[in-house]
Amino acid sequence: MRRKKTPIKSPASAVMPALVMRLYVVNNAPNSLLAIANLAAICKEFLHDNFKLEIVDVLAEPLRALADGILVTPSLAKLSPSPAANIVGNLSDKSGVMRALGIRG
Amino acid sequence: MKVTKTAALQQLPSKMATGIQGFDELSHGGLTLNRTSLLLGGPGSGKTVFALQTLINAARRRDEPGIFVAFEETTRQIIANAACFNWGLPALARNKLFFLEAHLSPEVVQSGAFDLSGMLAMLKAKKQEMGARWIVFDGIDVLLTLLQNPIAEMREIYRIRDWLADNEMNAIVTAKIEDGISETVNYGFMQFMMDCVIRLSRRLEHGVSLHRIQITKYRGSDFVAGEYPVSFGSSGMEVGAPEPSEIKHTASTERISAGFERLDTMLGGGLFRGSSTLITGVPGTSKTTLAGKFAEAACRRGERTLFVSFDEGAEPIMRNLASVGIQFKPHVKSGLLRMYSARTESIGAEDHLIKLKALIREHRPRCLVIDPLSAIAKAGGLVAARAVANRIIYMAKDEKVTVMITAISEGDDPQTEATELQISTVADTWIHLSYIVRSGERNRALTIIKSRGTWHSNQVRELVLSEAGPMLADVYTAGGEVLMGTLRWEKEVEESARKTQRRADVDHKQRELQFVEADTRARIKALELDLQRQRAELASYSRDNEARTLSSSEREHELCKMRSADPERRAGLTPANAKPKGGNGSGHSGNGKKARKEVRDAP
Repeated sequence: MRRKKTPIKSPASAVMPALVMRLYVVNNAPNSLLAIANLAAICKEFLHDNFKLEIVDVLAEPLRALADGILVTPSLAKLSPSPAANIVGNLSDKSGVMRALGIRG
Repeated sequence: MKVTKTAALQQLPSKMATGIQGFDELSHGGLTLNRTSLLLGGPGSGKTVFALQTLINAARRRDEPGIFVAFEETTRQIIANAACFNWGLPALARNKLFFLEAHLSPEVVQSGAFDLSGMLAMLKAKKQEMGARWIVFDGIDVLLTLLQNPIAEMREIYRIRDWLADNEMNAIVTAKIEDGISETVNYGFMQFMMDCVIRLSRRLEHGVSLHRIQITKYRGSDFVAGEYPVSFGSSGMEVGAPEPSEIKHTASTERISAGFERLDTMLGGGLFRGSSTLITGVPGTSKTTLAGKFAEAACRRGERTLFVSFDEGAEPIMRNLASVGIQFKPHVKSGLLRMYSARTESIGAEDHLIKLKALIREHRPRCLVIDPLSAIAKAGGLVAARAVANRIIYMAKDEKVTVMITAISEGDDPQTEATELQISTVADTWIHLSYIVRSGERNRALTIIKSRGTWHSNQVRELVLSEAGPMLADVYTAGGEVLMGTLRWEKEVEESARKTQRRADVDHKQRELQFVEADTRARIKALELDLQRQRAELASYSRDNEARTLSSSEREHELCKMRSADPERRAGLTPANAKPKGGNGSGHSGNGKKARKEVRDAP
């Protein structure tokens, strides 16, 4: 939760993003690829680029993920606005994910 | 199924000792290097303790760092739970151990499938960072149930196994099973995959919680099959290791005192070193005193001794024994004697065995007293207690410890008393104490029922307790019975009176005989004197007679002379006596012949 400055994927947005998230994945793992796709679809449909998402490859930064308290992959952390939330899984349950992220569809 | 331990170790040098007392014997060396072992067990069966203890032992003894992945508990909980063992976990946790809190909080939303590849990647990084050699996945079932998919469960298990194989770590995976039921359904595949499967169980028997361990599978290794008891002590988990089925005890011919001299005499010179002695008797027959005396004698010889009591605390025992002259205090103070008291109601018999083993290891006694062993039958069932009683005796023999065990018997009949724990057949020496009630008294009697390999007295003896300690009274028999108590005392008094009387009688007789002898001597003296007198008389008489004869012939001669009788005639009449007078002596014989002729011619 401390390092937010190196976003891998950051859609351009001048104002404060409506949602800041971090997705922990294992590169090329089926569930991780699914999660990225599922999240991207939700964001595209409901957030209209008004969000900030950092994707962390656990294989590349394992100790960071460990420090962040990540257990399983894929794992999505909602960092702001509060309340913070954590979602594990390939995010295939669209309504569940939206509820957890506080997105009204 | 079984090979000797040394052979197993030679065959399989690649085992890592867990350091769990007893388990390494059971598994012939521990867990296989760089392989995964599965621990299955119900809640509270000791899975976490087993895994954590193995990890800690590796870190402490071999300096091998380890990772503990806790799916169920928090690190704080684990450290708090481990605080009841003397592992020094907090310090280790800082340096050698890494705890990963791997339980998903309830707030975490689950959406779709996930896997452990990320976690394994993190663990790999951590492993490389700290050089970990061990890893524990504790409570993997908790994580797997989140997958909500048997296929996914299997896939993740395979993932873990492959990861472990790649990373060359000694791994322990624990999973909870509800006793007996779903385990084959849920984790059957897990058992196939793992190299070693260990089952832990906990069950209640007669209100006592009994922990058990069993190795159900060990790929590429010999192991001891069967369920073994587990107990938890200050150093953690201990397994009641299997005893070798072959009895290989050495037999010593050295004799040591059973406590006091008269008992040793009854035993043909004492107990054999390393032998086992059973003392049976109803309550109050001074079994403890006898055992205490044995312990004290051992301490006096300077031998380390362990006194285990299952019915009293150390303090009351020492006080009670001191009242009969058995002093434990100085020996306890010097460290020779170790007192251990335990309750038997709440702990299973096998826990006591494990505890005893630990005590023997710790104190290294040469003599051991267990008083009373029969108390272990109080909890956890008689069958277990019997097995444990036998094992205690065998264990003592293995350790070459001379053991004295007491057992409370229900009746006074040694035949029935033996059955409770059935240890009398295993014990080398069996001393039975009983009460003999006679003439309004209750006295303690000691009998040696058996003593292997030695002569022993067959007599029933009275055991007397005094301030000087236990003692066997002198034997007095009357009407085929050994007298005891007052009867013995009376007999003793009577006996001593009779002795005095007999001595007086003998003296009297002696004096009488002396008198007779003196009398006889006196009489002999008198007779001798008489004899002398008679001889003297006889001598004087014959002298007189001679003198008288001589004087009469001289007188005759004088008379002849005076009468001037014919000398020729006189000469002719008494030729032999006639002494020639005058100058014609030389021609006397010639003259005589002539004279005799003359006489003959003359009439």
